[in-house]
Amino acid sequence: MSREDYEIVMGLEVHAELSTKTKIFCSCPTEFGGEPNTHCCPICMAMPGTLPVLNEKVVEYAIKAGIATNCEIAKNSKNDRKNYFYPDLPKAYQISQYDMPLCERGYVEIETEEGKKKIRLTRIHIEEDAGKLNHDEYGRGSLVDLNRAGVPLIEIVSEPDLRSSKEVESYLRKLKSILEYIEVSDCKMQEGSLRADVNVSVRKKGATEYGTRTEMKNMNSFRSIVRAIEYEADRQIDVIENGGKIEQETLRWDDVSGRTFPMRDKEDAQDYRYFPDPDLLAIKMSDEYVEEIRRNLPELPESRKKRYIEEIGLPEYDANLLTASKYLSNLFEGASAICNNPKAVSNWIMTDITKELNERELEPDQIPFTAEQLGNLVVLIDKGTISSSIAKKVLVELFENPKDPMKIVEEKGWIQISDEGAIKEVVLKVLENNQQSVADYKAGKDKALGFLVGQAMKETKGKANPGMLNKMFLEELNK
Amino acid sequence: MDISREEIIHIAKLANLKLTEAEIEKTLFNMKDILNFANTVNKVNTDNVYESIGATQNYNVFRKDEIKEFGDRDILLSNAPEQEDGMFKIPKVI
Repeated sequence: MSREDYEIVMGLEVHAELSTKTKIFCSCPTEFGGEPNTHCCPICMAMPGTLPVLNEKVVEYAIKAGIATNCEIAKNSKNDRKNYFYPDLPKAYQISQYDMPLCERGYVEIETEEGKKKIRLTRIHIEEDAGKLNHDEYGRGSLVDLNRAGVPLIEIVSEPDLRSSKEVESYLRKLKSILEYIEVSDCKMQEGSLRADVNVSVRKKGATEYGTRTEMKNMNSFRSIVRAIEYEADRQIDVIENGGKIEQETLRWDDVSGRTFPMRDKEDAQDYRYFPDPDLLAIKMSDEYVEEIRRNLPELPESRKKRYIEEIGLPEYDANLLTASKYLSNLFEGASAICNNPKAVSNWIMTDITKELNERELEPDQIPFTAEQLGNLVVLIDKGTISSSIAKKVLVELFENPKDPMKIVEEKGWIQISDEGAIKEVVLKVLENNQQSVADYKAGKDKALGFLVGQAMKETKGKANPGMLNKMFLEELNK
Repeated sequence: MDISREEIIHIAKLANLKLTEAEIEKTLFNMKDILNFANTVNKVNTDNVYESIGATQNYNVFRKDEIKEFGDRDILLSNAPEQEDGMFKIPKVI
C-alpha cells in the first residue's frame, strides 16, 4: 500500500477576530498592540462581582458572517461557559456558545481541479479570546498580558469535507475573502486575527467510515497549514501501514522542525462541562432584524465575479483573480469608474501590478497608491499623453512614491510627443541612418518597419506616439 | 440520572479540587440529593410551558460598541502577588 491508496479527510475550526471597536463583554478597546494590560478593566480581568454585557455589534457581525456563508440564522440563542484552567483565561472559563450557536448549516463554494465544490459549515458561534502569556527569558515564570482577553471572535466550524491541503488552502482563502468583503474581520493572519485548528484523519480510498482524527491547534499561515497537513497525513499513513493505531489527540505544529508534537495529556480528555452562563440573557433574533442585515450586506465576491464576466466581459480567470481580494476588486472598480476602461484596468492589475506585488512581497491591502491614481494613469494612456511603455515606468513610480500620474509624467518629462513636425523630424532621421532597413522594407520585408519604429522610440526615449510613428513611416516609405 | 464515586473524583480533578475520602463521600451524597431533586422536577408535565433560557424572561440586553477606557493599570495589578513590566507574574506554565 502506498500514499496513493489513502484519502485525507479534514475539517477546520477557523477563529476570526471581529473588527468591533470594543471587546465582547466590556467597553475596553480591541486595538492590536498597546502596552501590556492597558486595554483592560475589572470585567475582562475577571474581578469578583463584575458582570458581562454583550456588545450588540458582535451579534450583528456574526449574523453577517452567517448570511454570507449561507447559514440558517437561529431565532433563539444563548451564551455558555466552557470551563478549563489556563493562566491566559482569567475567569477559568471562556464564554462561548454550546448547543444554540447563532448560525448553523451553511456552506461556502471553492474552486477545485474538478470544478466547484461545496464545503459545508456546521456552525458559526461567538466567543471571547484569551490573553497572552509571555515567557520569562530566564525561565523563572510567565508574565500575563490580558489585552487580548475578551476580544470578540467568531468560530467557523466546517464539516469534514476537505480532501487535500490544496482544498484547505482554497477554503481558507475563500473564507478570508468573504470576511474581508463584509467587513467583519480584518483577517490579518500575521497578527493572529485569523487562525485555524485543523482536524486531520486518513482512510483507505473507498472506505465509508472516518479514521481517528488528530487536531492541530492555532495555525496562522497558509504555508504552515499546508506543510503541517502533508506531514501529519504522512505520519498517520505510516503508523497505519506499520500496523499501529492513530490516537485521538491534540497536536502542536512546530514550524522550525517541520513536525507535530502531542500537546495535552490524554488522560485529561476534553471535558469542558459547558453550561448556560447565568450572567447573560437570551439572544432572540427577529426575522425583521435578520432581513435588515441581509439587505445591507455588501456585495459578495461571487456576485462581483458574475458582474465582471457578464457585464464587463472579462474572462472567468481574470474575474476570479480580481475578486479573490476585496482590495484588488475595489481598486479595479474605483479605477474603472474614473477612466471608463475596465478592460485596461483589469489588464494592468493582472499583469504589471501583480508582478510588482510579487516582486515586492506585498499583499493587495498594502498597495500604496489609490484607485483614483490608477484610473488617471489609464486616462493618460487613452488620451495619448503617454505611451504604454512609459506607463509601465509610471506604475513603478506609483509603487515607490505615489502621487497623481500626471504630476509624475510632468516632473519626469515623460509626456508623449504627438506633435507632427517633431515626429516627422525623428522619422526622417531614422530613415536616413538606416538605409539597409529601408531597402529591406522595399524588398518586401514588412518586419523592417517594426525595427524602424523601434529605433524612433529609442531616439525619443519611448515618448513618441506609436500610432503616429507608424503612420508617418508608412507614408515616407511608400512615397 | 445518578452519579458514581468515580464521576465525583473525575469532576473534582477537572475543578482542581483535592477531596479527602470523607469529602468524596459527603459530596457524593449531596450530588445524589441534587440529582434526585432534578429527577423529581423532570417528572412535571411541561407540554404547554414556554421554553426559557435562564431564570428570567428578559432577552437582548446589549451594549453599544463604544470605547470607555478604564485607564488605571496600577489598580488592576494592585492585588497581584507578583508583577513585572506591567504584567501579572505567575509560576512557569509549560
